[in-house]
Amino acid sequence: MPAEWRRAWAVAGKDLLTERRAKAAFNAMAFFAGLVLLTFGVALGPDAPAGDAGRGTLLQELAPGLLWVTILFAGVLAVDRSFQVELERGGMEGLRLYPGDRKAVYLGKLIANVSVMLLMEVLVLPFAGVLYSLDLWTRLPGLAVVAALATLGFAAMGTFYAALTANLRARQVLLPLLMFPVLIPVILAAVKATGLVLHGDPMDELASWVKLLGAADVLFLTVCTLAFEYVIEE
Amino acid sequence: MSSSPAELRRAPAPSGVAAVETTGLGKRFGRTWALRGIDLEIPAGEAVALLGPNGSGKSTLLRILATAARPTLGDVRVFGFPSRTDGDAIRRRVGLLSDRPPLYDELTALENLRFAGAMYALTVSDEALRAVLARVGLAQAAEARVRTFSQGMTQRLSLARAMLQGPDLVLLDEPYNALDAAGLRLVDEFLAGLKAAGRTVILATHHIAKGLAWCDRVIALGAGRIGFDGPTARFAAQASDAAGAWA
Repeated sequence: MPAEWRRAWAVAGKDLLTERRAKAAFNAMAFFAGLVLLTFGVALGPDAPAGDAGRGTLLQELAPGLLWVTILFAGVLAVDRSFQVELERGGMEGLRLYPGDRKAVYLGKLIANVSVMLLMEVLVLPFAGVLYSLDLWTRLPGLAVVAALATLGFAAMGTFYAALTANLRARQVLLPLLMFPVLIPVILAAVKATGLVLHGDPMDELASWVKLLGAADVLFLTVCTLAFEYVIEE
Repeated sequence: MSSSPAELRRAPAPSGVAAVETTGLGKRFGRTWALRGIDLEIPAGEAVALLGPNGSGKSTLLRILATAARPTLGDVRVFGFPSRTDGDAIRRRVGLLSDRPPLYDELTALENLRFAGAMYALTVSDEALRAVLARVGLAQAAEARVRTFSQGMTQRLSLARAMLQGPDLVLLDEPYNALDAAGLRLVDEFLAGLKAAGRTVILATHHIAKGLAWCDRVIALGAGRIGFDGPTARFAAQASDAAGAWA
C-alpha cells in the first residue's frame, strides 16, 4: 500500500477510534435524525392521503425528501465534529506539520465521515421504514446503492467545507450555508433516485439519476482532494 | 498520492548550509507585527536559547521555522530549503514541541505515538514505542487515555512525540512548563542527548538559567525584534553588569 494511503488510513482509524470512545458526533446525529423523522411524521400525520392517487399516504409520498433532508442535516454534525476534534488541542497544527502529501489527511477524514454517516443511515432507514410504513426490505439493494453514492458526495464536500470553516467563529452557521448550495445536484439526485426505488420506475429514469450521483461524486472528490492542501494552510 | 515509504525518507540536507537562515522576516497578525526584520543565521549543531517576555514573538518564530505559519515578509531557509516552496523537505527534518501539543484526549499515550509514527511514515513496533514512553517516564501510563493525564504527563508525552522522527532541528517552546523536578531533569537529559548527537536546538524559554546552561548562543527578542544576538557568555556578562548597575 502506498505510504500516503497508509497515512490516510491512520487518520481514518484515529478519527473512528476517537468517535467510538467519545460518541460525540454519532449520538448527536442519531438522536437528531430520529427526532426530525418523528417530527415530520407527527406534523404530516400518518394517515393523510398522498397528492398522487395510488402513492399511499402523504408521508410515503414525501418520504424520499424527508429522509434525505434528515440525513444531510444530521451529516452536518458529523463533518463539523471531524475537525473540531483537531481544535481541542493542537491537532490541526499537528496535521499541518506531518510531512508528506496533505491529501492523505483529507482522504482519512473523508473515510471516517462516510463510515459514521453510513452507520447512522443503517439505523435511520429502518426507523423511517417503520414510522412511515415504507416497504424497504424488498428495495434494499437499490436503496443501498443510492445511499452509498449520495453519502460519498455529501461527505466529500462536507469534509472540505468543514476544514475551510473549522477556525471560524460562526462555523456552525456558515458550514451548511456554504455547503448546501453546492450540494444541490447530490440532494436532487438522491431524492429523485430514492423516490424511484421506493415508488417504482415506469419511465426507466433511475439509471440517469444514479449516473448524476456518480458524476457529482467524481467531480467533488477530484476538486476537494486537489484543493484541500490550500484549505488546511494557516 | 504516489510517495513510497522510501520516498518519504529524508533526502540528505545540502552540506555546508546553515540549519536556519532568515532574511527580513516579518509576521503580522491583523494590524500587529509579531515579528519584524528578523535576520538570523544558525549553523547546524548549534544550541540557541530564545529568550524574551510574553508576546515578544518567540512562539511565532518557532512556528514559522517549523512551517506551521507563513511569514508575512522575508525569506526563511531551513537546511537550505526555502519554506515558501519546499515546506515538505523542512517538515521531514524538524520536530516542534509547541505550547498546544497535537495530542488526542480519547486516545491512549501509546495510540497517540502510534498515530504520530504512522503519519511520519515510520515503521515502529509497539515495543519500541513503549520504550520511548519509558524514557519520558510514562511506562505505566502507556494504556491510559490522555484526558486522564496531568499537565506534566502531557508535556512528557509531547516531548516523546516531538522526538519520534529523530529531527535534525529541534524547536522547543517552553519545554520546562508544568514539569516537576523529575520532569525538569528529564528535559535536561534530552537536551544533553540532543547536543551530544549534534542536533540543532532552539530552546524558547522563560527559564533563563536553563537557557544559559544548555545553549551556546542567546537570541533575545523584544516586541518582535532582535534585542540581543550573541554568545551565551556575553549575554550573561551583560546581564550581570546590568544587574550590578541597577543594584
